[in-house]
Amino acid sequence: MQYTLSILVENQAGVLSKISGLFSRRGFNIDSLAVGVTNDPGVSRITIVANGDEYVVEQLEKQLNKVIPVIKVKRLNEGEFISRELILIKVHCAASKRAEIIKTAEIMQAKIVDAAPSCVTVEYCETSARVKTLIDMLKPYGIREIVRTGTIAIDRGNAAVSV
Amino acid sequence: MISGAEIMVKCLEAEGVKVVFGYPGATICPFYDKIYDSTTIRHILVRQEQNAAHMASGYARCSASGIPGVCVATSGPGATNLITGIATAYTDSIPLVAITGQVRSDLLGRDVFQEADITGACEPFVKHSYIVKKTEDLPRVFKEAFHIASTGRKGPVLIDIPMDIQENEIEEFVYPESVNIIGYKPNTKGHAIQVKRAVEAIKKSRRPLIVSGGGVLLSGVKPKFQAFADKTGIPVISTMMGIGVMPSEHELYLGMLGTHGKTVANLGDRAVAAPHQMSENTTVIHIDIDPAEIGKNVKTEIPIVGDMKNVMNMLIESIGDYKVSNQWQETVKTWKKDFLRVPPVFEGFVEPRTLVAHLSAMLRSKAILVADVGQNQIWCANNFRIREGRFLTTGGMGTMGYSIPAAVGAKLARPNRDVVVVCGDGSFQMSMNELATIAGNKLAIKIIIMRNHRLGMVRELQDKNYNCRHSATILQGDPDFLKIAEAYGIDHAEANSNEEAEEIIKGMVNSDKPFILVCNVYPDTPSI
Repeated sequence: MQYTLSILVENQAGVLSKISGLFSRRGFNIDSLAVGVTNDPGVSRITIVANGDEYVVEQLEKQLNKVIPVIKVKRLNEGEFISRELILIKVHCAASKRAEIIKTAEIMQAKIVDAAPSCVTVEYCETSARVKTLIDMLKPYGIREIVRTGTIAIDRGNAAVSV
Repeated sequence: MISGAEIMVKCLEAEGVKVVFGYPGATICPFYDKIYDSTTIRHILVRQEQNAAHMASGYARCSASGIPGVCVATSGPGATNLITGIATAYTDSIPLVAITGQVRSDLLGRDVFQEADITGACEPFVKHSYIVKKTEDLPRVFKEAFHIASTGRKGPVLIDIPMDIQENEIEEFVYPESVNIIGYKPNTKGHAIQVKRAVEAIKKSRRPLIVSGGGVLLSGVKPKFQAFADKTGIPVISTMMGIGVMPSEHELYLGMLGTHGKTVANLGDRAVAAPHQMSENTTVIHIDIDPAEIGKNVKTEIPIVGDMKNVMNMLIESIGDYKVSNQWQETVKTWKKDFLRVPPVFEGFVEPRTLVAHLSAMLRSKAILVADVGQNQIWCANNFRIREGRFLTTGGMGTMGYSIPAAVGAKLARPNRDVVVVCGDGSFQMSMNELATIAGNKLAIKIIIMRNHRLGMVRELQDKNYNCRHSATILQGDPDFLKIAEAYGIDHAEANSNEEAEEIIKGMVNSDKPFILVCNVYPDTPSI
């Protein structure tokens, strides 16, 4: 089961290692992790996507709540949140293939942000699933490099994870 | 103007700290220079830093004040030596504040002499840690550290203080009156509706049983707990950390559960609560101050998160005149009678289980027994007939060498009580360097060494699971412990039978000096 945790923490040194330590100590992998400051400069948000069964997630939530600088932990409910990740893909692109790749990017609503004689760089900001689709579509041309952020997520509607 | 080091001492004084355990070194020198002048804090110089943490732990467990134990070490090896002691306190939920010196802040990360990332290294073993970046922060950090260590689920907090932060001076010292940590608001109250559900479940149950852990002792609720058991007649078993919640001789107390526990306690446990073979009809009520413990290892039907102090009051109030059925009470009493047995005696040796069983009667009722780790721990846990005193051991981490330093802490916290150590010849040698601390401070601690020339617990495992291949469990080259005692100027004796041992113990308890009694134990004596 994949789950997404939205964690508010006090913005102080060492918090990130405390939190990642909770995962690694139990032998759990983190699929993605994103950190950024919130509207309150003293508070950061950490968004973690990971895998585990109900017992694992419940334990992690409880253990995260025990970390002193952690202010709030919320597991986002499937289907009730919007998530995005940003990816930059550098694709091999001979002149003859350029039109095809531009078309593909257009279909997916991705942007070409850089070009060179033998490659282009595509920028895409979407859900993990859509990002995977784009990667699959560009793979046949030869991918030189992928750079992506961790997933960030926000509740739909009025709900909010705030201090 | 006031220096960081002076502020550190003032913070400790403001918290009411009376004793700190430590070992100096270059980066903690500014602090040591200031504590030299303190008129209210006594510093106990240890012989190895790990033992400073164990002493602070023993002190915290026995002191009436509830103030965390304090240990101090220098940077680098001093700090890393503390880790095992800190980890031991963490697993046993003991409130501790550990203070370490650190290299100057402008040298951090340059791998200079005696630099170690101690906050990083201790991270899995502390409730929280600080590395202080500004002298101005010291009062707040100390206030928070003592608060965090002693509230909620208790545990160790580490404060790492670079040398320049200790040396820098600020205008004035103001100790904060309160703390406000946005992410730390432990729930101690206990949920009324959950308590009501729990009481209903108890009333419906045919065979209710209390399994008590160390939390009852840590929250200082022992008298109320005993009153609750007496009033309701619900039998009690305990974990190793919970030993002492009831007097051993109490008719409702069945002993310690677990693989090395008492058969009778496990019988009770199996009848109602063994996690792996619990019947569908068993309802588990789990009371814990740490919400993360609920459901972690035992499936729980009715969780109550809160401090036992509050939850006990609520339980007593809402249970009313409830009393368990006579039939269940009688069953429990028969079990207790049926399982009384006397271990066989080997000629020319002390029978340790019998000796420990008789020990309590030779001590005053509030005596503190400190057991180490290994067979000696199991002999004590199952046989010591605790009355109003304490049984200290490390049930979580199982750190060998715990008993002697923990006893030092206990004796300093309770100078008027008998403090007795029971250890093996293996565990004795893990912290016998602290005999100097005992002798130097004239602490009347009585040490009973159960000598079998074996690492007995491991050897037992080897007998059972490794085809009796005694790999590295036979102790060779041990010194003459009596001569060791002699060298430290500590009174001593040796016993080869229980009569002899008991005669010596009766004599030594009345002396106000430390004592070492070496009991020769038959090597094949089992744990249980």
